[in-house]
Amino acid sequence: MRASLPSYELLAPRNLGAALEMLTREPGVWRPFAGGTDLMVLLEAGKLPHRKFLSIWKFAELRGIDVSSKSLSIGALSTYTEIQRNAILQREFPLLCRAASETGSVATQNRGTLGGNIANASPAADSPPALLVYDAEIELISAKGARRVAYRDFHTGYKKMRMHNDELVWRIHLNRALKRDKEYYRKVGTRKAQAISKICFAASASVEKGRINDVRIALGSVAPTVFRATETEKILGSEKLTSSLLEAAQATLGREISPIDDMRSTAVYRRRVAQNLLGEFFDLMNT
Amino acid sequence: MSDLAEKIRVRCTLNGAAATLEAYPMARLLDVLRDEAGLTGVKEGCGEGECGACSVELDGEIVNSCLIPVLQAEGATIRTIEGVATGDQLHEVQQAFITYGGAQCGICTPGMVLAAVNLLKRKPHATLTEIREGLSGNLCRCTGYTKIFTAVMAACRDMDRTVEG
Repeated sequence: MRASLPSYELLAPRNLGAALEMLTREPGVWRPFAGGTDLMVLLEAGKLPHRKFLSIWKFAELRGIDVSSKSLSIGALSTYTEIQRNAILQREFPLLCRAASETGSVATQNRGTLGGNIANASPAADSPPALLVYDAEIELISAKGARRVAYRDFHTGYKKMRMHNDELVWRIHLNRALKRDKEYYRKVGTRKAQAISKICFAASASVEKGRINDVRIALGSVAPTVFRATETEKILGSEKLTSSLLEAAQATLGREISPIDDMRSTAVYRRRVAQNLLGEFFDLMNT
Repeated sequence: MSDLAEKIRVRCTLNGAAATLEAYPMARLLDVLRDEAGLTGVKEGCGEGECGACSVELDGEIVNSCLIPVLQAEGATIRTIEGVATGDQLHEVQQAFITYGGAQCGICTPGMVLAAVNLLKRKPHATLTEIREGLSGNLCRCTGYTKIFTAVMAACRDMDRTVEG
């Protein structure tokens, strides 16, 4: 059933400071509303239980992509379109740009934000696996100040995050010195464009003389949260690229993930495809 | 204090003219454009950001108006299909849709045309692949897309000729 509009409050605080103060004064009462690409779908379906929102869309402090010699700082409200248009991200963080280009349609990419993809905390989100591979840091802001959290520790359970209800995702930090020479991203959905993923696989590694180093593997849609496959990484770490190693890594990955049957796919399919994608990444490391 | 929201007034530029829209803050821009502004060229297809029938240009970018709460349109410049032609002079994309049969039932057409106009603004020499990607968020259940892509390719050539001529 469609939602009753008068029962939803949406305010536009005049600036970030005013919004943070409201979030502190009435904890849990107000929730942030950014590009709306997730929340408006729930609203129309009558499935948006929370009723009071603050529009943060126009806050300049949450926008922009800043570059320093060592790192990149991406404002939480950066859209998928802005991410794809950034030349440094295209050159140095191609997995993130690839994820942005495979998220929804052009219209969705013009409105959907990186911070929203993180804070909406869907296990099927497309950009988080790329952020996990790049060991991103999330900077949160509240009226009390800012703090940083390693993204790999951020999602603690289905829709649960290390984030308080008076905080906003402020910036996403990427380390430009992170070592890797092989990068892989593949999203498998029902159709090429505009599908929510059945499974998403992102990975990077450095390969020297047939030996794997610095391997990082992250997946979406195979666990209650987006997920770093640390056990599989351990099997692969510092090893030579051999077919027996791939078999061992695929077996570990199969145990490490916990996919489910749902409207988009089945656990059996997801596990098999995850292992096949690991094989494809292995082939890439071998070239 | 009542828990019910009150209607707000949203000032924006609509197809080149200043407009004030009155609605509940969470009302979909789609509904406000149709019901308050009478711009019924904006169509509702899926209502969940999948089909692109409700596409409008907001500050120069294509968006799904079903996913925009009207409060976020404050101060924005909006163009709907009603603002694409110049008086009686159709846009090259509109003319090409007629010439090449790019429309059948018509529900997707306003969004499809706007998305194509926006794409050609960004990529005046779009390739077939870029056109297919640029319109991938606009679903059509009648044409099978071929005539739409042919029309947009033709519009691309016509616009080139206009600029050069």
